[in-house]
Amino acid sequence: MARVEIRDVWKAFGPVKVIHGVSVDIVDGDFVVLVGPSGCGKSTLLRMIAGLETIGSGEIAIGETVVNHLPPKDRDIAMVFQSYALYPHMKVAENLSFSLKLRKIEQSVIDERVAAATEILGLEPYLGRYPRQLSGGQRQRVAMGRAIVRDPQVFLFDEPLSNLDAKLRVQMRAEIKRLHQRLGTTTIFVTHDQVEAMTMADKIVVMNDGVVEQMGTPLDLYDNPCNLFVAGFIGSPATNLIEGVVSTDNGCAVMINGARLPVTKELEGRLSEGQKVIYGFRPEHLELGGEENGFLSTVSVVEPTGPETHVVLQFGEKEIVAIFRERHDFGVGQEIYLRPRVGNVRLFDPQSGDLV
Amino acid sequence: MAVSRARRNRVAELGAHVILLTFTVIALFPVILIVINSFKSKRAIFRDPVALPNAETFDLVGYTTVFTQGNFPLYFWNSLSVTVASLFFVLLFGAMAAFALSEYKFPFNRLTGLYLALGIMIPIRLGTIGILKLMVATGLVNTPWALILVYTAQGLPLSIFILSEFMAVVSKDLKAAGRIDGLSEYAIFFQLVLPLVRPALATVGVFTMIPIWNDLWFPLILAPSEATKTLTLGAQVFVGQFTNNWNAILAAMTLAIIPVIFLYVLFSRQLIRGLTAGAVK
Repeated sequence: MARVEIRDVWKAFGPVKVIHGVSVDIVDGDFVVLVGPSGCGKSTLLRMIAGLETIGSGEIAIGETVVNHLPPKDRDIAMVFQSYALYPHMKVAENLSFSLKLRKIEQSVIDERVAAATEILGLEPYLGRYPRQLSGGQRQRVAMGRAIVRDPQVFLFDEPLSNLDAKLRVQMRAEIKRLHQRLGTTTIFVTHDQVEAMTMADKIVVMNDGVVEQMGTPLDLYDNPCNLFVAGFIGSPATNLIEGVVSTDNGCAVMINGARLPVTKELEGRLSEGQKVIYGFRPEHLELGGEENGFLSTVSVVEPTGPETHVVLQFGEKEIVAIFRERHDFGVGQEIYLRPRVGNVRLFDPQSGDLV
Repeated sequence: MAVSRARRNRVAELGAHVILLTFTVIALFPVILIVINSFKSKRAIFRDPVALPNAETFDLVGYTTVFTQGNFPLYFWNSLSVTVASLFFVLLFGAMAAFALSEYKFPFNRLTGLYLALGIMIPIRLGTIGILKLMVATGLVNTPWALILVYTAQGLPLSIFILSEFMAVVSKDLKAAGRIDGLSEYAIFFQLVLPLVRPALATVGVFTMIPIWNDLWFPLILAPSEATKTLTLGAQVFVGQFTNNWNAILAAMTLAIIPVIFLYVLFSRQLIRGLTAGAVK
């Protein structure tokens, strides 16, 4: 187990800059998820930690050691790949023990560790099989087993669940989390799926275009996104983000499509008449209102999911989504008054994208 | 509807088989002709070339000639050793070059690949005089190495071209996993990548082997001595200016087919795919 420090790391592939000065401090034993859209540099960052990509500039330290120039095998890491990357010509048992044999570890220790990993992951029945004889979930478990037997300082996961079907993915998600709770090894997990990030992470690092947009605990990111990107990326359905203009007549509010949308007292001081802002609120922070305190919108799609109902509404030219836990009998085309919970409203600057 | 479609399918299937069978017969006919006539007396060969040997016409004179005249077991051995050695070097160096080209990023990577593949389009025989001068200068004339070196050079371009395509599709994650587990680059090449491109190696092997085994040109020019004669060159003693010893020629040709078939069977077993299944995705 170890702390991982990434200090001002840059990376370019030829003229294309992929990582622009990323600094992340990963506490010993944390489960950290790097999340972002494809091409944001999260996989590259992980591969740099693994030693599979060179580091342009900056430093990466695992434990107390700066690993910039160490080859992957000397970094004391283990990695699980999206494609599992099992050795095709070796049986499961050999796949598990291979890296230890290469390290010339005593056979009795190898047997012990393989047995332990086998037990944790329930691989007993598959030890004599070849990878091609296993299903996707089983292969993924073998890949994890191969990482566990190494007993590394850090686990690296590169989108390990992306090849699994939806049901298995949810199951493996819980399994990986349970594994982390049991072993307590520092884990860095890359995914493009924000649901995976939210459900698994102790700490999420949101990346976009080679920079870290925000890092924090899942709920902290959800409740307090620091900019437009994070607000839009974390959460599904996404945060409603609508452009508007500040009006200070009759108390402070944001004018959108002729409707007055409320802001908190706290925000009022930071706003001035005529200022353009982006008004953001999560779908579940909408409630039914009346003519005097709500804005009028038209129901266009109703999606019941069971526990809650997602309603897509037309608000002026903008489409917004509302989530209701109570069951309402909305018809398509029906006009309803909605009101955002003022305490949950976040305003962003349209130019910089930052929180106002 | 369904019935007529099924019937039409069966007719199409039959048609395909007829075409394939015709082709097989055409392709095999000369081979079979050689084999059956090699077991017949000279007169029987000319009287009825397509007849099978019977008690009256059966004659092993061709084979006895081949084994008593000249040094056929030696020629045989020369052909085999030159072919196998060349094959080994073509596959080894071809695979290594292909691995380097597909795995590592270095300046002029693509240009180097193109340069190495250029040999596919340029017949090596155009350089015969240069090669001969080189072999004379290095004293390799009339040694098997003259042939092995030339055949290796001749086989490499195609081998690099085909193998680098195959190596490019070997999972990057698998190689990365090997590196993290502590495999050296050589181990990654020999233990992970080579087994996965075995079908491609077999294909290249077959393509490389046939022209080497059949070649008359370079043995004639570079290694015509008695000690280094190959089978194709050795068989030429039965081809005379005025008369050919048909029994001996046919027997020599029949014998020459055997190792090719043996090597082909060896390779074609490797052609079976599915080894990679389950490794990735």
